[in-house]
Amino acid sequence: MTDRKPIKEGKALENGKPAGTTSWDGSITELGTTMESYYGRPVVKEPVWQPEIPFYFWTGGIAGASSVLHGVARVARNDTLAKRCLYVGTAFDLASPLLLVSDLGRPERFLHMLRMFKVTSPMSVGSWILLLSGGASTTAAVLELLGVLRPLKWAGEVVSFLSGPPLATYTGALVANTSIPVWSEARDELPWVFGLSAAASAGAAAAIVTPTDSAGPARRTAVYGVLAELGLVEYMERKLGFVGEVYKKGEAGRYGRISKLCTAAGAALLARAGARSQAAAVAGGALVLAGELALRWSVFKAGFQSARDPRYTVLPQKERIRQRGGGAR
Amino acid sequence: MSALAQPAGAPAAWPDTYGDEAKPRMGFFTDTSICIGCKACEVACKEWNLIPEDGLVWTGESYDNTSNLNANTWRHVAFIEQRKPLKLTDDAAELESAAQPEPLRWLMESDVCKHCTHAGCLDVCPTGALFRTEFGTVVVQEDVCNGCGYCVPACPFGVLDKRDLPRSPDDAPLALPLLGKKEDGRVWKCTLCYDRLKGGHEPACAKACPTDSIQFGELDELRERAEKRLRKLQAERWNGARLYGHDPDDGVGGFGAFFLLLDEPEVYGLPPDPVVPTAHLPRLWKSTALAATAMFVGIAAAFVGGRT
Repeated sequence: MTDRKPIKEGKALENGKPAGTTSWDGSITELGTTMESYYGRPVVKEPVWQPEIPFYFWTGGIAGASSVLHGVARVARNDTLAKRCLYVGTAFDLASPLLLVSDLGRPERFLHMLRMFKVTSPMSVGSWILLLSGGASTTAAVLELLGVLRPLKWAGEVVSFLSGPPLATYTGALVANTSIPVWSEARDELPWVFGLSAAASAGAAAAIVTPTDSAGPARRTAVYGVLAELGLVEYMERKLGFVGEVYKKGEAGRYGRISKLCTAAGAALLARAGARSQAAAVAGGALVLAGELALRWSVFKAGFQSARDPRYTVLPQKERIRQRGGGAR
Repeated sequence: MSALAQPAGAPAAWPDTYGDEAKPRMGFFTDTSICIGCKACEVACKEWNLIPEDGLVWTGESYDNTSNLNANTWRHVAFIEQRKPLKLTDDAAELESAAQPEPLRWLMESDVCKHCTHAGCLDVCPTGALFRTEFGTVVVQEDVCNGCGYCVPACPFGVLDKRDLPRSPDDAPLALPLLGKKEDGRVWKCTLCYDRLKGGHEPACAKACPTDSIQFGELDELRERAEKRLRKLQAERWNGARLYGHDPDDGVGGFGAFFLLLDEPEVYGLPPDPVVPTAHLPRLWKSTALAATAMFVGIAAAFVGGRT
């Protein structure tokens, strides 16, 4: 192999730079490895997912974590909180499949999702979890409203409770199980980020709709969820290093900043005044919910930005080869 | 015949699933050193597979106006203009005369779906639309795909893409506006001409290739042929000659369609060290299970103390 300079005089590389490719200079990077690219074009494809998907990450998370809040509230004999969490969770459980079906290229074929169960596909696993969770929550909520068939309602509540955390976290596994560098390299963190975000938003939603004297656990879930999430997201971005710089750039960066601002402000409001004033609980809860939605959008957009720039795909791979001492695996 | 071992936990692997119907694993060896950039493969592929026209543009990127593999381009010829010598030399005097500009080298490479041994697209497909054929190739069943799009970012090579065409006025109106907002919406890619293989023919691109840059055959035999060809080029001191995707121990278990390249893979827009995303799945499911368990614990803790 010869020692080569990156081509800089190549006209095509400069003029042929496709719209949307940012910060390509074809030269030395932070990893100390050089690379050339094919006209700055991406190596991996950007996702084809529509805005329904980040909204679903948010609604699915609220649904899953609300089911857990509901279950624990039942055990703790806080029925006021439990009932409201059940209704909130069911509402978001019902909204979720609508968003997913709407995103499909062939929505009329949505039942094809249930042709098989595949553990290698988090989307397949998630479809079954959502079916289970949504079915159980809806059954429990309807029976709660009607006040009949208590044993069946309890069964529904238990299933909903148990399927809640998988529903809230599998979406993190779903995006991490791709070839998008900023997602796949965060495979240890994303399920936790999504889980914490889900817990915080479910706590916030419950704090909004529950009288303050019964909403203590919901407020604490929101506040501590936000705190842990802020720390973890910071850790994830640092650990990702070069690949994680998309979280500072463009739309991912903008949504990320909005998220941090809203969740921090909302959590502070909930912690300071949420116990005394319902208005403060509503405002704080709404801020947290907005911030968590922005977080899902930040992660979503980061994936697109990560795919768009070939440096994020190629350089870590070249670094891997270099550390192996060159050549094949 | 190479065994297509699957990631842990996956169902029984090809070719066992086909029993007596299993065929030798078929593939492509694309030797870019003899590609002349005629694009006959692109045209033959479009013609045979009835792939729709998807816009005619001039990119200004050498002779390449299709730019990448996507739903409507299953063979893509890359063109790279370089100021690099075609062959290496030991002659010090010749190296000294670097004052004069290096000669232009024009690389051409017909890219295609790699039909990976461990195929990320197939692993993540939730409907089973993507499957492994009796020839060991990876194919999308167009009557099953529901356009979820998971395979698109899962592929380490950016091969698959969703086909979105303008809605035709002939389409029957659907009852619900939610259902049917797009005309096609499915994912498409190279089938390694599954229909032609079934009939005992070679794929359209290989058939049309005038220089045999695209060679079709049993994968094991192609690998031997490629090694021989590489040794010849290396003996002739071709600059940068290397095989790409021939190694069954690489991150995707070796390609069913592999290449002889004349430069680093990324120069052609290919990933230098592709790894199937599901290789990390056991660890990923573990961190997911931990996060899910932590959610029970964390939310339960929020109920301890402070209840008014």
